[in-house]
Amino acid sequence: MMKKAIGASVASLMLLSVPAWAEWSPERPVEFVVASGAGGGTDNFARTIQSVLTRGKLVDQPIVVLNKGGGSGAEAFLYGKQNKADPNKVIFATNNVYLLPHVAKLAYTAKDLQPVAALAMDEFIVWVKADAPYKTVTDLIDAAKADPGKIPFGGSQSKDTDETLVALIEDTTGADFKYVPFNGGGEVGVQLAGGHIAANVNNPNENAGQWQAGAVRPLCVFAPQRMAKSAAIHDGMGWHDIPTCKEQGLNIESYQMPRTVWLPADTPPEAVAFYQQALKSVFESPEWQEYLTKTSQSGTLLTGDALQAFIDGSEAKTVAVFKAQGWSTE
Amino acid sequence: MENFDLLMHGFGIAITPFHLMLMVVGVLLGLVVGVLPGLGAPNGVSLLIPLTFTLDPTSAIILLSSMYWGALFGGSTTSILFNIPGEPSSVATTFDGYPMARSGQSTRALTLAFMSAGIGALIGVVVITLLAGWASRFALRFGAPEYFAVYFLAFAAFIGMGSASPVKTVVSLATGLLLASVGMDNVTGEVRLTFGFSDLLGGISFLVVVIGLFGIGELLATVQEGLRFRGVSSRIDLRDMLRTIAELPRYWATTLRSGLIGIWMGITPGGPTAASFMSYGIARQASRKGAAFGSGRPEGIIAPETADHSAGTCAMLPMLALGVPSSATAAVMMGGLMIWGLTPGPMLFATKPDFVWGLIASMYVSNIVGVILVLLTVPLFAALLRVPFSIIGPMIVAICFVGAYTVSSATFDLWLVLVFGLVGYVLSRLEYPLAPLVLAMVLGHKAENAFYQSMVLSDGSLGIFFANPLVSSIMVIALALLIVPKLLHIGARLRGRRPASQEIR
Repeated sequence: MMKKAIGASVASLMLLSVPAWAEWSPERPVEFVVASGAGGGTDNFARTIQSVLTRGKLVDQPIVVLNKGGGSGAEAFLYGKQNKADPNKVIFATNNVYLLPHVAKLAYTAKDLQPVAALAMDEFIVWVKADAPYKTVTDLIDAAKADPGKIPFGGSQSKDTDETLVALIEDTTGADFKYVPFNGGGEVGVQLAGGHIAANVNNPNENAGQWQAGAVRPLCVFAPQRMAKSAAIHDGMGWHDIPTCKEQGLNIESYQMPRTVWLPADTPPEAVAFYQQALKSVFESPEWQEYLTKTSQSGTLLTGDALQAFIDGSEAKTVAVFKAQGWSTE
Repeated sequence: MENFDLLMHGFGIAITPFHLMLMVVGVLLGLVVGVLPGLGAPNGVSLLIPLTFTLDPTSAIILLSSMYWGALFGGSTTSILFNIPGEPSSVATTFDGYPMARSGQSTRALTLAFMSAGIGALIGVVVITLLAGWASRFALRFGAPEYFAVYFLAFAAFIGMGSASPVKTVVSLATGLLLASVGMDNVTGEVRLTFGFSDLLGGISFLVVVIGLFGIGELLATVQEGLRFRGVSSRIDLRDMLRTIAELPRYWATTLRSGLIGIWMGITPGGPTAASFMSYGIARQASRKGAAFGSGRPEGIIAPETADHSAGTCAMLPMLALGVPSSATAAVMMGGLMIWGLTPGPMLFATKPDFVWGLIASMYVSNIVGVILVLLTVPLFAALLRVPFSIIGPMIVAICFVGAYTVSSATFDLWLVLVFGLVGYVLSRLEYPLAPLVLAMVLGHKAENAFYQSMVLSDGSLGIFFANPLVSSIMVIALALLIVPKLLHIGARLRGRRPASQEIR
């Protein structure tokens, strides 16, 4: 530890004039710590980056992926805290890094990690069963108003992004749904296709298969503008044809889940700069564009102040919902 | 017949020299990860995924699924030889497999396990071939109450006829449920029973507990009994293998029944581990000469192995057709599918017939390849038991700890193995059955989640478990399995005849 800290500071003294990112590169195998189990959305995110970095020779050292999905990802963040200032531990997450500590008593806070970059935004869409009577999101909300607490709205996990969004819809409109938590998006998708719940707010790729088969139907997307154009998925409709929720009169302009990359706190700035540069190259690669298209996510590269501003904004907005719902542990 | 044409087309894709090579490589790699406890199929497959980015999806899935089959075969090896389950789904194989190996018949035990595993897999693939469309529509009918009913059925089938002291069974079951609830619960979002230890946030890993309870626990018992394995005298003879294969047709009923249980648990969300337990339980109940179960009965190996593999194969169906993986490995493969740009869902069969039917055809071929390869390893593995205990004992300790560490690279797990080793030793000395504990750990959490969801849906009314014909019939069968054996038992006692006592380890 000591030796590396000295090495890093010597390096930073010597190379003041060269671009910051060139000053540091990993000398040991790099661990990609994934805050989800193997096969989850965050896992695919990390493994795609691993593959681009390795194939493009952007990192000379071998990259090892480590899944630490226990406690909704808390396991990975605690691991980051235990490895304070270690530049060889890169942590992959969503917004759970800074939201989890607000709803569960955990031995870390978001300050124990530092944000490096966000590379994609996963959208949220309101889905209903294909043969449901609801034509727009307003129909669904009116139905919930007429029959309070009876319409089952499925989502992935409790006090997490899905339930927060449902709570946000309820607060905005005064409707009252019956929220039913499941273990993951895939499961919620099938529950909707089977008609066991009335609606869900799955990410696009979690429901794409069922939409393709005409079992479920999208109502609106929580984004400031419509999603990028795509090939038709079902009945001539593609992602771009889904109206935004705002268009349909539901006043929630934007609700997105960032795919984020973090380092332990106190990691030397040269190391942070190195990963920022490497991730920027990943973002610009054709493989990354392909990944975004296949998983129907929006590409957005955020680093530095812009990233911090995004995190602060998203955290403040969500914590307000947590407080209103009485989930906050503070 | 349409499916048949598609299957033939699939064989055309699957049987190429390149794909056959991938199958052999996959099965061999799978054997390695399956034999090492802890490493396991899900880890092995996720390690391979980055390598598949350069392959076309059909070749990639053939490689990954072959590895899965290999791991399922390999998992039974250490269960039988050392009482250490290499995979969660091979825990039930230890109950009779290990006693048989200890009595000097390790070749027979391994051959029985591998052959019935292969047969189970083939039963599963045939069902996938014939019923692909129907089965995925059927699976859509499963909501939270139906999920709970399926788990309850698995519990009932296994626990119902256990005749270790009922109090001891309940203690063991409750301990398992308690252990399963440690950590952060995804569905309710609560952190439970961690006592402030961050290491417990992710819960207690089932595999770590099993490695401790069975591996270390058994080792301690062996040490107490005089530092040697009783399998030293095991003969290794090719004729033994052939003789064992020849005795298989005698157990056709067990095989068929176990295959059906596996199919049921593979298509519904039960999964292979639950299938193997359920099948073992029912086999014990169905056998007339019940006394010998747990002491090396062939049915005790055939039942869990057949069910495990037919469930493992059938679990591919909900993954492909619905995007719901019913085993950990299937979850990882599904992640791969998305990276390759394929969307699992009902349309996959229509939009990518080459991929789907190539995979299904490869399942026939790679399982046959798998059986041949593992049978070739039998003499090698059986010979391991001839190694003196003073050499193999320490090696088992090392394997146990390395295996436990690999599960999630946490040093805390090493302490858990030690603790559960002692617990396992004490419990088995006091004749507490371990199986209910293990089953409760596998299914407890899932059953709890499904129960919670059902209660949310019904606003707290138990009536939801009898709300439609599907869920009511599963519940009724489960209750019958739970109650009827006890009634027979009491009835027999009233008539003054003591039924033969059955022991579960």
